[in-house]
Amino acid sequence: MSVFIIRRLIQSALVLVVMSLLVFVGIYAIGNPVEIFIAGDADQAERERVIAALGLDRPMWEQYWLFVRNAALGDLGKSFIFNQPALWLIVERMPATLELAFSAMLIAVLLGIPLGMYAGYRPDSFAGRSIMAGSILGFSLPTFWVGLMLIMIFAVWLGWLPSTGRGELGSLFGIRTSLATWDGLAHVLMPAVNLALFKLSLVIRLARAGMRENLPMDYVKFARAKGLPTRRVIFVHVFKNILIPIVTVLGLETGSVIAFAVVTETIFAWPGMGKLIIDSINNLDRPVIVAYLLITVSMFVIINLVVDILYSILDPRVRLADVKG
Amino acid sequence: MGRSLSRFALGAFAAAAFAAGAAAQDLTIGLGANVTSIDPHFHNLSPNSNIAAHIFDRLVHQDEQQRLQPGLATEWKAVDDTTWEFKLRRGVKFHDGSDFTAADVLATLKRVPWVPNSPSSFRIYTQAIKSSETPDPYTILFKTEKPYPLLPVDLSTINIVSDKHEQSPTGDFNGGSAAIGTGPFKFVEYVPGDRIVVARNDNYWGAKPHWQKVTLKLITNNAARVAALLAGDVQIIEAVPSVDYAKLKSSTNVAIWQVTSNRVIYLHVDSFRDQTPMATDKQGALLPKNPLKDPRVRKALSKAINRPAIVDRVMEELAIPAGGLLPEGFFGASPKLKPERFDPEGARKLLTEAGYPNGFGLTIHGPNDRYPNDEKILQAIGPMFSRAGIDTKVVTLPWATFAAQGSNPNYAFSVMLVGWGSGTGEISSPLRSLIATVGPGRGASNRGRYSNPKVDQLLEQALATVDDGKREKLLQEATELAINDTALIPLHYQINVWATRKGLQYVPRADEYTLAQFVTPAK
Amino acid sequence: MATVATRPDEILPSAGARIESPLRRFISDFCESRLAVAGLVGFMSIALVAVVAPLLSPQNPYDLNQLDILDGRLPPGSEAAAGFTYWLGSDDQGRDMLSGIFYGLRISLGVGVASAAIALMLGAAMGLISAYFGGKVDTLIMRVVDIQLSFPAILVALILLAVLGQGTGKIIIALVAVQWAYYARTVRGTALVERRKEYIEAARCLALSNTRILFRHLLPNCMPPLIVVGTVQVAHAIALEATLSFLGIGLPITEPSLGLLIANGFEYLLSGKYWISFFPGVALLITIVSINLVGDQLRDVLNPRLQK
Repeated sequence: MSVFIIRRLIQSALVLVVMSLLVFVGIYAIGNPVEIFIAGDADQAERERVIAALGLDRPMWEQYWLFVRNAALGDLGKSFIFNQPALWLIVERMPATLELAFSAMLIAVLLGIPLGMYAGYRPDSFAGRSIMAGSILGFSLPTFWVGLMLIMIFAVWLGWLPSTGRGELGSLFGIRTSLATWDGLAHVLMPAVNLALFKLSLVIRLARAGMRENLPMDYVKFARAKGLPTRRVIFVHVFKNILIPIVTVLGLETGSVIAFAVVTETIFAWPGMGKLIIDSINNLDRPVIVAYLLITVSMFVIINLVVDILYSILDPRVRLADVKG
Repeated sequence: MGRSLSRFALGAFAAAAFAAGAAAQDLTIGLGANVTSIDPHFHNLSPNSNIAAHIFDRLVHQDEQQRLQPGLATEWKAVDDTTWEFKLRRGVKFHDGSDFTAADVLATLKRVPWVPNSPSSFRIYTQAIKSSETPDPYTILFKTEKPYPLLPVDLSTINIVSDKHEQSPTGDFNGGSAAIGTGPFKFVEYVPGDRIVVARNDNYWGAKPHWQKVTLKLITNNAARVAALLAGDVQIIEAVPSVDYAKLKSSTNVAIWQVTSNRVIYLHVDSFRDQTPMATDKQGALLPKNPLKDPRVRKALSKAINRPAIVDRVMEELAIPAGGLLPEGFFGASPKLKPERFDPEGARKLLTEAGYPNGFGLTIHGPNDRYPNDEKILQAIGPMFSRAGIDTKVVTLPWATFAAQGSNPNYAFSVMLVGWGSGTGEISSPLRSLIATVGPGRGASNRGRYSNPKVDQLLEQALATVDDGKREKLLQEATELAINDTALIPLHYQINVWATRKGLQYVPRADEYTLAQFVTPAK
Repeated sequence: MATVATRPDEILPSAGARIESPLRRFISDFCESRLAVAGLVGFMSIALVAVVAPLLSPQNPYDLNQLDILDGRLPPGSEAAAGFTYWLGSDDQGRDMLSGIFYGLRISLGVGVASAAIALMLGAAMGLISAYFGGKVDTLIMRVVDIQLSFPAILVALILLAVLGQGTGKIIIALVAVQWAYYARTVRGTALVERRKEYIEAARCLALSNTRILFRHLLPNCMPPLIVVGTVQVAHAIALEATLSFLGIGLPITEPSLGLLIANGFEYLLSGKYWISFFPGVALLITIVSINLVGDQLRDVLNPRLQK
């Protein structure tokens, strides 16, 4: 197992290097970022000063080498426009995104598993069909459109929920989070639902598929034949088996939730990493873009690793090994 | 749930709930653009200066029409051609209780060019000062190399920090320990990308603001900002999008405040190169000669544009057709320059005269995320050019790509849509940056690289004339010359719009700033 | 990497998804769900509309010269200066929404189908090679696939388009880049099982060329799951393109897809001009829903574990 983990980490490090190089070259190719954030009346001398101050006057390969050298020491560079360490900028906004992602995942799981299990248990009932039709809608509705509709209805027309932004922070188990105050929860509800919609549909489908695959299996028939109540068979035995793919997929989808937060954060003015990356792309703030990618990719690598290990624990039939033919 | 309940009440009984909010003397503002730092000298960017204007003062202030007003300096005059004398206000205290004196001004002037890693420094406004003298703690003499009439205007962009913080890095300002000014509000909190919180400075030397606590929220998405106002989460928003203007105006819960902006939206035209990359014949082959070098062709383009239609349909009345670089009434704007009349026939005639009876092919470029309705304006211009005989394609790009490719040294475009707000409120600002021949300190954003020695000469003369009356004449003359030669094609002046909840009022500003000290309960 | 089914689209057959009975059985299975049939009919009609859009549209919405800005933002049912009726209203440029939707469908479907098709070919080839040759080749390709799949699609597309710029071709490149790995993994999973079967052994014994075995024998047997993934991916691609256009980095504004039409109209929502965003939204929704309905049923029909 440790060989597996070490090998995986080495490969991941390689990926990080290749990817940072690609992004570096790509952004370099777009052009000179100084034109974007410099004042229009700044003269040529001022422009040259800024270019030199940000190290953009050096050849590309040298810039990249400097970046790699500093990155190896844990310094991912300073944002061009905030003059703060890119790493710090991202880490500072991470809690906002994580709490949004966490809330969305929670909604998806708490609603999705029961709904999906029901739809799988009674696939031909009206409710079962409605749930499935709903999940197709959830898959199909573009996130940005739903977000707008939510704001229109719940903030503007009904006035029940705050339209945008993150609410007051409170303390929960020593963590500063907006999930600890009523105001914070009111703020997080809409964006979380918006972000959860897609995952909710996914969980519904996974649970339904799991239900439908497990119900005809021998162990279920056997358990029933033994006289176990249906409720117990479903909620204990089948549930355990359904959980395996759901845990796996959700683990992997955490990454995509965090990435999709880009859209939700843009609409709900949520001060998280997603909004930061969009702003940084708009400003060609290369240190932040590269750092964001490195951090998210590292996060995914770790998540995937944990998911794989978890999976092997949940399902002993799976061995940890590198892909083999 | 307390706040959302009260918000619910706010929606239902707007006026009553509002009175309660006013009594609490808390104000929440929805800002439309991102702030990158609290350090007033770090980034020459108007959202930053907007925040700084709450916490800090300038020697010279600009009023809502950008006329100069006494700030930390009570008076100023040119004692000779190269010396300006500023008399400082007495009895002003910084937020930390220390006295404001000339030493703070000198420290500020040293700090401006020093700030490390500044992505756009304010030094361009202080570099004219060669040396400074302080005969007493409340008098400063600034020496310039050449006569420099713009010094008071330039200094109206420089926020004064305490001399204790001459060497404080940007981070100390963002964290608050160095964000000590003399301004009407004290720094409370800065959450990057989210909000800035300030509290009233009860010892302010000028008119004390009405609000005890002000939260400036950064809501860059237009629809989200409007929604926040309608939902009562914020009491005032800036940069009201034109699409929501009519609806907000008719809303009973909302009041609108508007004024003509100092920002002109215009087309820059490549009048420099012998062959320009985006002008082709009708088959798409590059033209051997740059047609845009011919002033008649540029004039034809200008005549082909139906400005009132753009203002009416695209800008939804939130603009006025432009004939110059600044609206009438601003210093140096020529009253003789009227918007070019929409005249497609005249345009065709000029094209024929210039040797293009059948027109040519052209691709015009512009940003899609920079100015209000930028890509829609460009889309509307495309067919207008086509109707005058120039087969026009429209390409819009994110500002990042557009700016990087369209500027020095790439100059990848031939005709491009850009905007210019005169930070000084003077026409010398656009003349200097957009029209003067590219060179040291001139033509910094002259993306069309227009060059006219006569214009340059008049401008240089104006920039060395301290007498305001004479200088304005020269500036007007230079502008007329350039615009009549179609150095660039002005489209419209924007109108700045704020929306407040009913019961509040705002003094709308030409410079687009949203300042809490000018938000007051309606009388 | 543990051999784990990782994506929604892969909760499908991992073991040889061969249909035991011929096409007829498949069709009758498919038709069991009326919803799916409705989806198929819906999709067919949409595709037809997209193909013949120029014949149906009163206006060419991509020809800026046919647009009259003075006809901008007219509500549904208004008369155009050019004489026709704006049945679904017009947008800010005076673009007829109905024509805009017809043409937008062309772009959206075109981008979706083209990117899915290219990604399918690329991915299938990679997956086959990986499964057939095994060893180092397999490890290398599957590492790349894992890496690709561990990046959320939207992020990759975002960065790619930021670098590439706007344009139909570029958005297809971006969409292919984020999709091919799904196919590669699906095909590899199926092919690994097929490879061990006798008919491949037989083909090898006959000394048929690798290419021939790969594409003539292995590939056809991997088709069922590929088709399912492909359908779902078309819908994904269309939605992703819409999202990217909404974020302002997709297609050029002058030739709007459905996503771009929605994005343009979205700012008018609060001011009551619902039609600019609403109708393209409905068109997009119907398109994606019908594709998903079809995909859903295909998944059920082609999954041997669910066969009665």
